[in-house]
Amino acid sequence: MAEFAVILVHTTSHAIQAERVLKRADLTVKLVPTPRHLSSDCGSAVRILAGEQEAAQEALTVVGLEIDRIELLD
Amino acid sequence: MIYLDNAATSWPKPPAVADAVTRFLRDVGASPGRSGHRLANEAERVRFDCRAALAELFNVRDPLRAVFMLNATAALNFVIHGLLEPGDHVVTTGMEHNATMRPLRAAEKRGVELSIVACGPDGTLNVDQLRDRLRPTTRLCVVNHASNVCGTILPIREIGALTRARGVPLLVDAAQTAGTLPIDMAADQIDLLAFTGHKSLLGPTGTGGLALADEFDPARLPPLMQGGTGSKSEHETQPEVLPDKYEPGTPNIMGLAGLLAGLEYINEHGRAAIRTHEEELTAQLIDGLRRIAGVRVLGTLDARRQTAAVSFTLADMAPGQVAQQFDEHFGIMCRPGLHCAPRAHRTLGTLPAGTVRLAPGPFTTREDIAQVCAAVARLAAGGAHG
Repeated sequence: MAEFAVILVHTTSHAIQAERVLKRADLTVKLVPTPRHLSSDCGSAVRILAGEQEAAQEALTVVGLEIDRIELLD
Repeated sequence: MIYLDNAATSWPKPPAVADAVTRFLRDVGASPGRSGHRLANEAERVRFDCRAALAELFNVRDPLRAVFMLNATAALNFVIHGLLEPGDHVVTTGMEHNATMRPLRAAEKRGVELSIVACGPDGTLNVDQLRDRLRPTTRLCVVNHASNVCGTILPIREIGALTRARGVPLLVDAAQTAGTLPIDMAADQIDLLAFTGHKSLLGPTGTGGLALADEFDPARLPPLMQGGTGSKSEHETQPEVLPDKYEPGTPNIMGLAGLLAGLEYINEHGRAAIRTHEEELTAQLIDGLRRIAGVRVLGTLDARRQTAAVSFTLADMAPGQVAQQFDEHFGIMCRPGLHCAPRAHRTLGTLPAGTVRLAPGPFTTREDIAQVCAAVARLAAGGAHG
């Protein structure tokens, strides 16, 4: 089972907005460099706990934050 | 010293503004949007919090629609030159600043048709006259929220209702009003708002930008400038995603740190309370000046219908001379002349000499205004020095 997932975003502004929103929702969040095997528009990605993926997605949808995708980290 | 040049640049700033700039330079310093290390992330947090505070102030749901540029002039240029193509028609008013008039005149040279709706001699606008000037080819309406010369407030909500109904994007120049007057981009139906950080938002110079309404489709506005954003770096074309689409190059991030502190000051003290304070001072100033023989005050003469920018002329003394006397003998800082707004002065009938503009701010006191009125009375009575 993967421990972490990463949210890939379009810009670092999106990454910071995601960080702010997820922290407010009491989720575990950390800004990380985009893992090299994942292609992304942005050099920064938002790492979350794999188990909190659904909660994170919901929190981001509520504020209308557009993300690229979420990938599990092996 | 009495500083009454707040319509140009607000000063003094809340102490937290200088502290935030210093702290940023000392402790953070890095570029946002690039690199991904902890300092770069902290810089991006500052910039994001600044966007969020502005989006809240202007009632825009998506904070990424507050994009940063050098100032309101840059934002006005971005929209006027980005949106208008030869054959398009644009409408503006007879009370605009050169930040609007000069890009519009340049657009005219490349084939854009320009209509200027005349305003009354007090700077007021009749919206029916604006309606009459709209055409099927009108692609933009650009108006100031309040005059930088005499403070007269234009009815932006009424204008927004008209332009939205006609499908014409509305660009509002809020240089004189953001931070004091209420601006609700949703309710006012403003599509694009040019703001600057160094006036009533109480931030440093070199901060400002453009707010895009949630309803405005950014595909309609190509980016006037292109460059590095830290995103989509494999492409040699500008990304379409906001805010990066309109933010090429390294921003004035230490300035934004200061602007954020200015916005926090406004939130803490209340925009409405600041407006009330300035309105009271404006009423006191208008009343005091009008009691002096030889003084003519421009505008509506009603503090409720204007911002804290009061323009006057003094018989037998040129505005520049008044300003010099103010500075040298009374320690009063003001701005004389044409205020980069010849069109507005033409409307007010004050070309070519212009006026003396007194612009109180949040830290101006009633005592300051009383002293200024006394100084004008002395000059009017021939008390000028050589």
